[in-house]
Amino acid sequence: MRDEKQIEGAKNPMEDFLRMDRIPHIWCSGCGIGTVVTSFVEAIKKSNIDLDKLVVVSGIGCTGRVAGYIKLDSFHTTHGRAIPFATGLKIANPELTVVVFSGDGDICGIGGNHLIHAARRNIDITVICVNNFNYAMTGGQVAPTTPEGANVSTAPYGNYEYPFNLPYLVEASGACYVARWTCLHLRRVTKSIQEALNKRGFSFIEVITPCVTLYARRNRLGEGLDLLKYYYDNSDIQHGANTKDLDIKYQGKLIVGKFVDIEKPTFLDSMNKHFTKVLSDKYEPYLKEAKNG
Amino acid sequence: MDGDFAIAEGGLAAGCRFFAGYPITPSTETAERFSERIPKVGGIFIQMEDELGAMASLIGAVWGGGKAMTVTSGPGFSLIMENLGLAAMMEIPVVVANVQRGGPSTGLPTLPGQQDMMQARWGSHGDYEIIALSPDSPQECFDLTIEAFNLSEIYRVPTLLMTDECIGHMHEKVIIPPAEEIEVVERKWYKGPKDKYMPYKPDKDGIPFMVKAGDGYRFHTTGLTHDYRGYPEINAEWQDQNVRHLVDKINNNADKIIKIEEEKTDNAEVVVISYGITSRVAIKAVQEARKNDVKVGNIRLITVWPFPEKRIRELACKIKAFVFPEINYGQIVLEVERCAAGKAQVIRASHLGGGVHNPDDILKLIMEAAK
Amino acid sequence: MAEIRFSGFGGQGIIRLGLITGKAISLYDNKSATMTQSFGPEARGSACSSQLVVSEDRVLYPYITKPDITIAMSQEAYDIYEPNLREDGILIIDEDLVKPRPTRANIKMYSIQSTRIAEELGNRIIGNLVMLGFFTAVTKIVSPDAMKKALPGLVPDRFLELNIKGFDRGYEHGLQVIKKKK
Repeated sequence: MRDEKQIEGAKNPMEDFLRMDRIPHIWCSGCGIGTVVTSFVEAIKKSNIDLDKLVVVSGIGCTGRVAGYIKLDSFHTTHGRAIPFATGLKIANPELTVVVFSGDGDICGIGGNHLIHAARRNIDITVICVNNFNYAMTGGQVAPTTPEGANVSTAPYGNYEYPFNLPYLVEASGACYVARWTCLHLRRVTKSIQEALNKRGFSFIEVITPCVTLYARRNRLGEGLDLLKYYYDNSDIQHGANTKDLDIKYQGKLIVGKFVDIEKPTFLDSMNKHFTKVLSDKYEPYLKEAKNG
Repeated sequence: MDGDFAIAEGGLAAGCRFFAGYPITPSTETAERFSERIPKVGGIFIQMEDELGAMASLIGAVWGGGKAMTVTSGPGFSLIMENLGLAAMMEIPVVVANVQRGGPSTGLPTLPGQQDMMQARWGSHGDYEIIALSPDSPQECFDLTIEAFNLSEIYRVPTLLMTDECIGHMHEKVIIPPAEEIEVVERKWYKGPKDKYMPYKPDKDGIPFMVKAGDGYRFHTTGLTHDYRGYPEINAEWQDQNVRHLVDKINNNADKIIKIEEEKTDNAEVVVISYGITSRVAIKAVQEARKNDVKVGNIRLITVWPFPEKRIRELACKIKAFVFPEINYGQIVLEVERCAAGKAQVIRASHLGGGVHNPDDILKLIMEAAK
Repeated sequence: MAEIRFSGFGGQGIIRLGLITGKAISLYDNKSATMTQSFGPEARGSACSSQLVVSEDRVLYPYITKPDITIAMSQEAYDIYEPNLREDGILIIDEDLVKPRPTRANIKMYSIQSTRIAEELGNRIIGNLVMLGFFTAVTKIVSPDAMKKALPGLVPDRFLELNIKGFDRGYEHGLQVIKKKK
């Protein structure tokens, strides 16, 4: 309680960006999601994006709660559907900068189909996928990202399925920007988010975070901070690495970095260009005044 | 023009400029029509990866400020249900047309059914209310799609257009009036101070205001049970408040929403009730019965949900029997049975799909009921 | 009140015949018409049919039950649909494509070499329009003016003239056949 007096009157540096009336948040102590939110807030502080035009869409799960804490237009949707929801939001209102903030189960499990199709279409959104290797909100079940051999509540004898290599998946699907970090790479995550926000096209950032209460405890991987540090220490920065080589082994080395950063027309760019070409003056562009695609 | 085309034209006339869908027989022609027309009227067409994504994208598009719709059929309608629930919970004005085919499962892709009528009402989990309209012709596919948009905007509620393969693929004359003669309801936009906006605070009429993303309200919305601000409230008190609001805003306005067509019910002994394509066949049977001096009245449900229970209860006290033909084993007839409450006989005339009734079969039941 | 069935094989423009006739009747002849067609795999390739119900008042029952008029432009369509024709109905066939059995009951049969005439006019794809002209002349269920007014939008613009030519040839042929029969 000694701190309380000291900070009284002092402003939390994130206050302008969080719904303080909803704090304390639901995340466990030692969970990495909060640090990703911090990186996000840092990124939007540094960027010159009009915050009124910046929106966050989440699905369901621990990370799905992010939308509820961020003081922007924020949407907490259904499980797996954050990306198609964001797709509708972005193309119906192209002046928005749309960020999908959700977990691995939400984005690549139940929402996997939407992930690859949004990347394929090159919808101009940024997806921040917090990967904690399990379905945490429901109590630590096996996920499409659970490394082989890890013990989770619905793989009590250890997981024997192959996990997704997410950077490889989204690059193959057509993403313009792909990066992976652990949540302790605070500044790197911040920088990646900044870059992704400025990127025209589908951007994807995977952030590895520990799930302290479930995944860590069940696999006896120590306290939150231990695992956080373990991930960080076991990561190897390899910018531009071939995404094919980014498989994650149980407690193995994590290759992190920025892997893809390319330019190509977005869904709306292609649509406008194509219709202008084939329909010429019969084409009535959608929302003429919209600035970007 | 066929019914499927007319749905697309109705949507465009209502101001819909965002269509997301997934191809499914027998509704695909609507998507095709939209994809052809929409680039010429300043809109967006997107064929999504599935109906789950299509419905989710519509809700996103509505928060983006647009009017949005999709069209589907049986198996797709089942997938729509997931985010129809979100649309109900977030109170989203959006239109879903279902060109019904025979089911269950893949069923009869190319032949008509009316087997999703209860799914329309109860298909997504939890307690909520929707509005569902049932056109009887391509002309009404046009008219009622506009009406569906209007109702969805007035009550901030997802609205369904429940048609079927027969009407969807039937070609008839469709009159499209000049734009200035079409009544189109615009969204009820919030105009107060930005920091005071609450997405779920009911206005005097019980319906909350809307804003669109990007206008500086910094609002939050969720599929969780929530307070007026849209913040999650995981407790019985707000659950009660939420659910009552979703249900009451429709039920309290049922008299304004419900449209039925009634004919010669005043001195009727038997009343035939039907909706959609079945109502046309039913009229044939009714006309024949009258030739046989049966006092038979006819009711066509244009609005199926909310169900016109008040009127059915009144009639049940006066008549001998209801005859209810529909192309399913017996769905909306359950509502009639509930409202008749034993006061009048309720005779089911079920056609299980793949065609429409033979009017003679309905006639036989009318004659028996009148005995 | 009349029920009409157009039938043939996929690719002949059979559905188009129903659409044109329905549009002509409901938009330009001030009657009501409802067209239905069979869909799906069973509607592709082989036998194909479109059905039209015509009425002075609103059409209630949308499907045909016992057609008054059947047009058959293929043997298979004839074999499938002829038995369903009313006993006092009108049967119209393309005589090069259909070998009819002796006509039953009081059925009146009219035949035309629609595909061959179309070929003479330069393109067999307008065989359906030759048939449509012929049908218009012998049945008098719809006016030739209404039919021609209905064509734009239902046939490709660049073939409009050719289609009208085909229609006229079929129509004239029909008038001659009627004259001869009298």
